[in-house]
Amino acid sequence: MSRRDRMSGNEAVAEAMRQINPDVMGAFPITPSTEIPQYFSKFIADGKVDTEFVAVESEHSAMSVCIGASAAGARAVTATSSAGLAYMWELLYVAASSRLPITMAVVNRALTGPININNDHSDTMGARDSGWIQIYAESNQEVYDNFIQAMPISEEMRLPIMVCQDGFITSHGVSNIELLEDEEVKNFVGEFRPENYLLKHENPLAVGPYGTSPYYMEVKRDQAQAMKDSMPVIMDVAERFEALTGRKYGFFEEYMMDDAEVAIVIIGSSAGTGKEAVDRLRMEGKKVGLIKLRVFRPFPRQPLAEAMCKVKAVAIMDKAECFSNSGGPLFSEARNSLYDLPNRPYAINYIYGLGGRDITVEDFYEIYNDLFIIYDTNKPGDIYRYVGVRDSRYGEHGFDHKKYDE
Amino acid sequence: MSNKINGAVEIRWHGRGGQGAKTACLMLADIAFTAGKYVQGFPEYGPERQGAPITAYNRITDKPCKVHSNIYTPNYVVVVDETLLKSVDVAKGIKKDGALIVNSKRSPEALRPLLNGYKGRICTVDAESISIECLGKNFPNMPMLGAIVKVSKVIDANEFVNNMRESFEHKFAGKESVIEGNMKAVVKAMEEVEAGE
Repeated sequence: MSRRDRMSGNEAVAEAMRQINPDVMGAFPITPSTEIPQYFSKFIADGKVDTEFVAVESEHSAMSVCIGASAAGARAVTATSSAGLAYMWELLYVAASSRLPITMAVVNRALTGPININNDHSDTMGARDSGWIQIYAESNQEVYDNFIQAMPISEEMRLPIMVCQDGFITSHGVSNIELLEDEEVKNFVGEFRPENYLLKHENPLAVGPYGTSPYYMEVKRDQAQAMKDSMPVIMDVAERFEALTGRKYGFFEEYMMDDAEVAIVIIGSSAGTGKEAVDRLRMEGKKVGLIKLRVFRPFPRQPLAEAMCKVKAVAIMDKAECFSNSGGPLFSEARNSLYDLPNRPYAINYIYGLGGRDITVEDFYEIYNDLFIIYDTNKPGDIYRYVGVRDSRYGEHGFDHKKYDE
Repeated sequence: MSNKINGAVEIRWHGRGGQGAKTACLMLADIAFTAGKYVQGFPEYGPERQGAPITAYNRITDKPCKVHSNIYTPNYVVVVDETLLKSVDVAKGIKKDGALIVNSKRSPEALRPLLNGYKGRICTVDAESISIECLGKNFPNMPMLGAIVKVSKVIDANEFVNNMRESFEHKFAGKESVIEGNMKAVVKAMEEVEAGE
């Protein structure tokens, strides 16, 4: 039985946490994820959960609390954004290499420089090599559904997991949602029974010891293997979730891809705006499609490459700039995945949406239009592009700045 | 644009930080949800400070709404603070059959010269006086919520008033005078909103 409700993405995470009733939450507030510990601490105060909430003085300590709790055999959660995630950096690697299944809600926000509170993916894309599984959401519904699926994946693989959503766009936007009953969530997530933990007196365990050269590399190799082995687990959990809710999840979602000639590959809430552009262009008879990537770590290299090969030209979109001079992080990996396939499409990159820059249905029209030019001419042109930005190379009048002035 | 496909009503709110434009926006989403609609209510955030111009948005649709951008061509615009007319182009992008609703003691036609050549429909309501009369304080957001529902007909007026009472009872549990005052302000604004051409 599902309950129809309406709430923001942050409320949805707090609600999922309430239904799960984890053992420990260590958290420090930062916009736009502050509401998650705020709502959740109300559930604690009202006696709706018996979670131990540890109010710490920084995100470094918040992650340390989660590491300590998880190592002791407890189910630990936290939430953060942007600079908060950056401040956890050192501990992200400790959590992952110690194989601690911590579940973290990340509300994506730009990293500072200049300071900005709005959405992009620079925070989690920066943490992409830390050994955490990363799952992204388009809508409040997906935020909720992903959070519930995250814990079984994480605990099965003993890998920590980030459940990401777009700051303000979904975190503070109220929309319709279907919630599960508390019992359904509890049964789905199950009990956490770690094989071994610090406080198990019959088999004492050391966590986080020095990794000497004869051992360090095997630890890394095992982490890499676990990331690889998490692929079928992610699919199993998604199938179990579909059986419960009817909502289908995978590594990515293909939207109108079967007969598409060109496509966009994108992560997060802007996929919805892109789908609206697909709907309208389809009404004009244009064969366009969209692939929304849900799981970025592990990177679903082969299935994603095969899906992209259905079309002749793809635009791979990044809400993060990584200053590589070779395009954004999603582009680099998605384009790389095409290398071995003989029928690979042209692949170009767009950087978009940095620091909360809005992207509209009309912007997607432009991108599809660019893709059809490549489709017709077989000339990819510049593969590393920006969309929705003032371009100083064209002088003061070379851009329409009206949209960005308010 | 999107209402071609999905029967969408798109609303943009202009207010100043602290006046409750965001609260009214989220409340409208709440009420429309209760009426069986698909809803979005979302604020646009910048540096947060009291008195700074803020914007919030609603999309109210019959089918699930996928778009996650801001709203540039709204059906309706609600201006909670009249002084914004001097600094913000509030009428920008309003659709031809849409309307602008301003919290003002003046008549719709008196405001037209301040609106950068806007030729569409203008409605006014004195939300300040209504609020002071009903609540004893200037909280213009709830009267403006009544006015936008009345003008846009996005939800049936009677259903709205009934649902509103429930929402207030949820929000202000046990504060009977606040609930009554807010209900009075909403209903009065619905009666008094002056619909111009």
